[in-house]
Amino acid sequence: MRAGDPHIEVRGLTMRYGARVIQRDLDFTVNRGDVFVIMGGSGCGKSTLLKHMIGLLEPAAGEVLYDGVSFQRAGAAGRDALRRRWGITYQSGGLFSAMTLAENVALPLQQYTPLDAAAIADVVAYKLALVGLAGFEDYYPSEISGGMQKRAGLARAIALDPEILFFDEPSAGLDPLSSRLLDELILHMRDALGVTVVIVTHELASIFAIGNNSVYLDAESRTMLDHGDPKTLRERSRHETVRRFLARAGTEDA
Amino acid sequence: MSVAAAPRAASCTLERRGERVVLVLAGDWLLAQGGPSAAGVLHRVTASGARELGFDCAALGDWDSLLVTLLHRLDAACEQAGVTLLGDGLPEGAQRLLALAGAVPRRGEAPPAHPPWWRRLLDGQILAGAWRELLDALGFIGEIVLACGHLLRGRANTRAVDFFWFLQQTGPAAIGIVTLISVLVGMILAYLGSVQLRQFGAQIYVADLVGIGMVREMGALMTGVIMAGRTGAAFAAQLGTMQTREEIDAVRTLGIDPTEFLVLPRLLALVLVMPLLTLYSGVLGMCGGALVALGMDVSWTQYLNETRNAVTLTHIMTGEAKAVAFGVVIAVAGCHAGMRCGRSSEAVGKATTRAVVSAIVWLIVADAAFNILYQRLGI
Repeated sequence: MRAGDPHIEVRGLTMRYGARVIQRDLDFTVNRGDVFVIMGGSGCGKSTLLKHMIGLLEPAAGEVLYDGVSFQRAGAAGRDALRRRWGITYQSGGLFSAMTLAENVALPLQQYTPLDAAAIADVVAYKLALVGLAGFEDYYPSEISGGMQKRAGLARAIALDPEILFFDEPSAGLDPLSSRLLDELILHMRDALGVTVVIVTHELASIFAIGNNSVYLDAESRTMLDHGDPKTLRERSRHETVRRFLARAGTEDA
Repeated sequence: MSVAAAPRAASCTLERRGERVVLVLAGDWLLAQGGPSAAGVLHRVTASGARELGFDCAALGDWDSLLVTLLHRLDAACEQAGVTLLGDGLPEGAQRLLALAGAVPRRGEAPPAHPPWWRRLLDGQILAGAWRELLDALGFIGEIVLACGHLLRGRANTRAVDFFWFLQQTGPAAIGIVTLISVLVGMILAYLGSVQLRQFGAQIYVADLVGIGMVREMGALMTGVIMAGRTGAAFAAQLGTMQTREEIDAVRTLGIDPTEFLVLPRLLALVLVMPLLTLYSGVLGMCGGALVALGMDVSWTQYLNETRNAVTLTHIMTGEAKAVAFGVVIAVAGCHAGMRCGRSSEAVGKATTRAVVSAIVWLIVADAAFNILYQRLGI
């Protein structure tokens, strides 16, 4: 299990809400250590794809493999074992509003580690420091800003040292500076923890700043148009749509 | 990070090498198995009187956040005690994480206070809060009265579509549960009365008891309790969720009065529906009573005649007056809780609870007041 090996493989995935097909025949591989971007216009099913990857929704066809193990074919125990290796941050933080930040981050630790209360408090302090929230242990989510809530959500996601970090629109609702800081934090995490990162976003600045692999979902044809490094795709994707989508940033970038 | 077959226990020992003290780390430092207590290690380091602290990780196996957590605490403690921490002996990844954790300085400001309930009681905060809430409720009722004034002058932002929607939600959709409860309450009243009346051979008066009891009292009260739990709670949850999603802010900034737009249709629908449901409940209750009476040698016709003699229009009107008042109480309690809801998911739960509890309390209070009034007026 080294960097560059296939980590997540999506095979022939078709997603449906009732009779409505969202996306069909998705086929791509996320390698270990990648920062993988799921991109596409609004309403193309980016978040839906993420929800399929983390098993919140069942695919109409196809499967998602983690290190060669199919999540869909794994039993309840197998799914739990896979889930424990993931950290997920939700679009609006997903923090439990009735708990302080410390309690939020401590929850998975209490659930899955044999550590005592003092040791858990230490780990929580470290995790909050890692996302730049040292000293915010006793705040409630409603008492901190949106950007801080996202970082606190990240602290909870990395509580158990996951192998894969999923982000649903990490920079939605953040100012450009906060969103850049969050991007840098994600890269630092990737480098220091050696995790694989999967991100749903349509922020072009983020896509080029951190992504080294990606898939483009098209709302029109209801399938993926292209996949690969976003910087390469911008120059020489086979599809006009993908190039146009990515080139919009070119004017700002150059 | 290497992959070890079986994890070995984490351990650390302190060694003096020249002028520096070295912490020798060994074994697997994993969250999943735990390790030596950080406080103990910290104590040993400070007790050693070291000026410089180094690390020896030759025997270190697998590690994760457990190790970096210890380092993070050591780092902070060393800085405070003026000890230099030399991280060069550590694995590269751990050094990087340590640097990242120390990148943003700790916030000095104290977090907002969250005192326990007894503290707030002693400080008088709870009493003051209750007083504020009472004033706020009066203000809310005032807003509703003003909105009603606007409505009467035809200048309110109340949409008929909303009104009919809530009419459907509070009325026809509640028929099932009202039917069930009313029939059962009618039967309960009949059983209760028949035990006593049978001793005088006066079973026929079960019809009077059930008829008057349902129409004057139980019909309105039971419908009120059902609607408080069903509709009052729904109002609070709807408006509370709108509050958390900033929908009410949007209504306000569009220049629309939220009381006219959101509260009035709910209030009017419930006030219109409550008397109808109460009437229905009374009829169903009498049917329930009749079922019981049939089992006690009272025929359908006897029961029907007796009920017709007993239940007068005055009885019906007293019940209807209550129903209107109860409708107002439930809608105001539900909407007030929802409109004043906080911004978190927890707050929506609290608002719903408060809506139901205050609706039921004020229902009973209002019912008692009505009964005293009727007693005085002799009706």
